[in-house]
Amino acid sequence: MSLIEVRDLRRTFRVRRRDDVVAVHDVSFDIEPGEMVGYIGPNGAGKSTTIKMLTGILVPTSGHLRVAGVDPSKRRTALASRIGVVFGQRTTLWWDLPLRDSFELLQKIYRIPPARYRQNLDRFLELLDLGDLLDTPVRQLSLGQRMRGDITAALLHDPEILYLDEPTIGLDVVSKGRLREFLRALNAERATTLLLTTHDLQDIEALCDRVMVIDHGSLVFDGALTQLQARGGSSRTLVVDLVDERPAIEVPGAVTVRVDGPRQWLTFPADASAAPIVSAVAAGYDVADLSIQEPDIEDVIRELYAGR
Amino acid sequence: MNGPGSLYVAIATRAFRRYSTYTGATVAGIFTNSVFGVISSFVLIAVWRANPDAGGYDTTDVVTYVWLGQAMIMTIALWGGGAPADLAARIKSGDVALDFYRPVGILGWYLAADVGRSAFHLLSRGLVPTLVGGLLFDLRYPSGPWVWMAFAASLPLALLVSFAIRFLLAMTAFWILDDQGATLLASAAAVFFSGLTVPLVLFPGWFGDLVRVLPWASYLQVPADVWLGQRSGWSAVAGLGLQAGWAAILLGACALLLRVAERRVVVQGG
Repeated sequence: MSLIEVRDLRRTFRVRRRDDVVAVHDVSFDIEPGEMVGYIGPNGAGKSTTIKMLTGILVPTSGHLRVAGVDPSKRRTALASRIGVVFGQRTTLWWDLPLRDSFELLQKIYRIPPARYRQNLDRFLELLDLGDLLDTPVRQLSLGQRMRGDITAALLHDPEILYLDEPTIGLDVVSKGRLREFLRALNAERATTLLLTTHDLQDIEALCDRVMVIDHGSLVFDGALTQLQARGGSSRTLVVDLVDERPAIEVPGAVTVRVDGPRQWLTFPADASAAPIVSAVAAGYDVADLSIQEPDIEDVIRELYAGR
Repeated sequence: MNGPGSLYVAIATRAFRRYSTYTGATVAGIFTNSVFGVISSFVLIAVWRANPDAGGYDTTDVVTYVWLGQAMIMTIALWGGGAPADLAARIKSGDVALDFYRPVGILGWYLAADVGRSAFHLLSRGLVPTLVGGLLFDLRYPSGPWVWMAFAASLPLALLVSFAIRFLLAMTAFWILDDQGATLLASAAAVFFSGLTVPLVLFPGWFGDLVRVLPWASYLQVPADVWLGQRSGWSAVAGLGLQAGWAAILLGACALLLRVAERRVVVQGG
């Protein structure tokens, strides 16, 4: 049995008296323990609605849903102690009180044994570099510090599953990097299952082996990241800088898609070798410089979104 | 200790500490309560000079009533605010969803927080202005241990009734986007019907009979009458019973409405 089992999950919202909007449309997937899964899609695609159903604060309209063997909306309180939830744009911390107080309250809420609590807190403070901030009121923390505080808060009770909704939103490059490093370490150390929604594809590239893409409520892709790159990214691009301006280059196996002065762009299938094309270009033309652009995952996803 | 009781104690302690960090606001508030206590005292002393035993109160009773009123304003958050105001803000921002994720009842959580807040306000905004009033005016104090005990029971009951009304009001934010109108109306109703401006004992006839059994009578009139000895023996018991009855009904309504709100969020998606 998978840790998360989703079959034909559907959720509709009644907007006006007779208008039903299908936010999640017959979505099915399984997530195994220890997986790190990226869940991406444009705004309004149904990501948050899915997460809400997985955590039990939204009842599905139809379909089958089991998280850690239970139906989330029926056993929300029981499930609460087995999951952690982090929202990039919301906080569970108490605004006017030092970070320490929020953590101590969480210990009581989840009845974490004192020894385990100490151990977890020490480890997270060290990994997230929060030790000096324990006595700082939350309102005085920077966004990055607050986010690290929220992640600690979500993990103190040793959840098996951690849902992260845009955890890196608004963070600077250094903070993002540190957060990703932490999540990787968490997964490696404790085999915590991560389900991550984000608009930042670098989060996905850094963390997730598996990606699910949702658009207009339907899953349009579920598979390995490399597969996603290969699939949509059907072509690579050879950028050629010629010595002189010339008409479009003609070589077998590639198509010139753009000419701008002495610079030309040639595309060729991603699974084809670049070597014969490069030799053909070099043999037939005076080349000043060459470079190859790999398929950009952003383009891949844009194609997926546009494909519907 | 790791039981559920200790959680609520921890929440109340944190709420107490949170309010104790606002030192400037506390000092300013104590000053304001004291000034208004002095003004109201002189106004009502003038009224009572013209009408010496109005409502069964003598001048000492009514001046004491004024200072008790000042002490109750923040202790029971008479005209609004406190933990339920935090809930209303969390409903509006959507953060309340996170409250639903926790394995803790929302009503108990906010009640514990409001009790902690109230304890801080009792010691600061309640006790200190009363001491000021005692220095400036001749006040009446409970006449014996039974009266003290009855007052000690009446005070938390007043808080429970006020909390329940504020919590009900906060929950309207689940249905209406802007609760400012309702909050203002509720605040005005609380000020008038609690007897903060004019003691409820002054209202004659059926209107007087009515306002003295409305939930707001639990805020100030009942605790003050217990303190002053206007209610003693069975009359004091009846007063406490009125408070307890309203507290039970209104907290029951809170629990019920919270379930409806939760269903709305969970089933209909908010």
